[in-house]
Amino acid sequence: MTDTQAVVLKDLKVGFGKVQVVDGVDLTLERGQAMALIGESGSGKSVTLRAILRLFPEGRSRITGTVAVSGRDVLGLSKRELADYRGREVSMIFQEPLLAFDPVYTVGQQITEAILRHEKVSKAEARARALALFERVRIPSPERRLDNFPHEMSGGMRQRAMIALALACRPQVLLADEPTTALDATVQIQILLLLRELQRDLGLSIILVTHDLGAAVEVADRISVMYAGHIVETGSARQIVRDPHHPYTIGLLRSRAEGAMDKGARLQTIPGSPPDLTNRPAGCPFAPRCFLAEERCRRERPPLGAVGDGHQAACWRAEEAAAAFRAGQARELACA
Amino acid sequence: MLLYILKRLLYVTPVAFGVSVVCFALVHLAPGDPLSAVLPADATQATIDEMRAAYGFDKPLPVQYAIWLWHVLQGDLGTSIATGRPVLGEVARAVVNSLILASVATLIGFTFGTLFGFVAGYHRNSILDRAASALSVFGVSVPHYWLGMVLVIIFSATLGWLPPTGAGPDGSGNWRPDFEHLRYIILPAITMSVIPTGIIARTVRALVADILAQDFVEALRAKGMNEWGVFKHVVRNAAPTALAIMGLQLGYLLGGSILIETVFAWPGTGFLLNAAIFQRDLPLLQGSILVLAMFFVGLNLIVDVMQTALDPRIERA
Repeated sequence: MTDTQAVVLKDLKVGFGKVQVVDGVDLTLERGQAMALIGESGSGKSVTLRAILRLFPEGRSRITGTVAVSGRDVLGLSKRELADYRGREVSMIFQEPLLAFDPVYTVGQQITEAILRHEKVSKAEARARALALFERVRIPSPERRLDNFPHEMSGGMRQRAMIALALACRPQVLLADEPTTALDATVQIQILLLLRELQRDLGLSIILVTHDLGAAVEVADRISVMYAGHIVETGSARQIVRDPHHPYTIGLLRSRAEGAMDKGARLQTIPGSPPDLTNRPAGCPFAPRCFLAEERCRRERPPLGAVGDGHQAACWRAEEAAAAFRAGQARELACA
Repeated sequence: MLLYILKRLLYVTPVAFGVSVVCFALVHLAPGDPLSAVLPADATQATIDEMRAAYGFDKPLPVQYAIWLWHVLQGDLGTSIATGRPVLGEVARAVVNSLILASVATLIGFTFGTLFGFVAGYHRNSILDRAASALSVFGVSVPHYWLGMVLVIIFSATLGWLPPTGAGPDGSGNWRPDFEHLRYIILPAITMSVIPTGIIARTVRALVADILAQDFVEALRAKGMNEWGVFKHVVRNAAPTALAIMGLQLGYLLGGSILIETVFAWPGTGFLLNAAIFQRDLPLLQGSILVLAMFFVGLNLIVDVMQTALDPRIERA
């Protein structure tokens, strides 16, 4: 681990009861970098994110592997250290800001509460800080909005307030769990642009969990694709979108609505459904749904292997997949 | 907020009117002549007519109602047929006694109910939860007059620690907050608190479990709040509902304690109602039912206002 690494996950495994939701994830986030974690529901992306804050009920979950944030071993923290670490070094914004705020306190109270929890400042100073944060995330008439209850704000404004809350104690790392999923399409892009701006201005390291490739490309420098608790492909945003090497990534790219809209063509989907995590098949977890699967894929699980500079894919037939994608692109261009 | 309270007060008026009509009608719909209970069996028709006229029973019902309501509005609930004393004084004394008993019982019920409820809600499906749940089911289902008698047998008859009946050593029926009178209230209050304890415990358990499962609790942990910090949020979120249940329980206890007050000879409204019914003491019955009903209405009003003050999502005026 070097000084430039904000978050390092090594062989992270998270299980609940009999279900192994995250099954050996390796991930490195450089300082000041934004990474998107994409995948469909149940792929383990949100659980991976929560593992960084250890946000699971103690007795009912098992976490093994390494979680290191700024060189600190998160899994070894005591209860008290963990509470001090949460929100101060790493904070999180949630999918549905209406549910992530306590409904019976004003938004301002909830932000000052976080500041007072971590820093020895007066109430007035905390409130002044909260006001400055509201201005920073560009909430109109911030002074008045601080005294709003969460239900008195619009969805976009609530998510801005959530971001203000997450930044309240100047954390190094910001985790965002599908921050735009619950918002209107027009508001989504504003929130994404705000995140990107904050990341650049404050030098934040961001991990963004989303199932929206468009959102991932908008914010992230790097994209990691998760499937059934594994990272199946990781690379720069450009590499993933332009030159995917894993059949699942290709499936995700093809199933985006934009391509199908204007041609009246059928929306492409990935056939089948994700595997049963209580009963994992041997071999590659994506093999049953894969258009390139061969005998070996069903027998042996492929490791993440380099397919380019900083670009890795976990597929025995990565080159064939990439070639198939390029051929598909060429065909589409020819048709258009 | 003030506007909201005024609005709520305005809403109460038709409810209060309806309550008065029902109170009056209920008593008159019941069969049996109120005067037959006080007059000797061989009274002449002239005497009966004279008494009927004196109490106003000879007039048509709507007129009787109007006269009764007019008096009620002036604070005159009539005269008890059985004792000849003003109903208002009798009812007031009984209400105070019932209120004392009900308050102590609710306090006990609320304390233990929230305690059990929080413990069970925080440790769902543990042994603690099962024990607390079993205890609350027992509390809700056990017949309280039976429990009262059992307690009397154990603590009064066998152990001799506490007096079995009455509100005080002198038998006057005026309870005072001193040690001697306190001993008299323990058994009836405990008996009475068993049901609210069970109901409040079950409600609070469900409430706490529900709150802990909400996203904002995870968000609180994510910003570094420790268990105590989270607990304060849970309490604040549970408070409106818990208080509403407590208020309603207090209301039920005020009116619904006939059995317990009779078992312990506690000179409250239940005891008074019991006597009024068996003696067919119409003015007393009407007066006590009306006062109790109005208590309920007032209590609901207070609970509503408190809920609004605690939970900003309930719309203000």
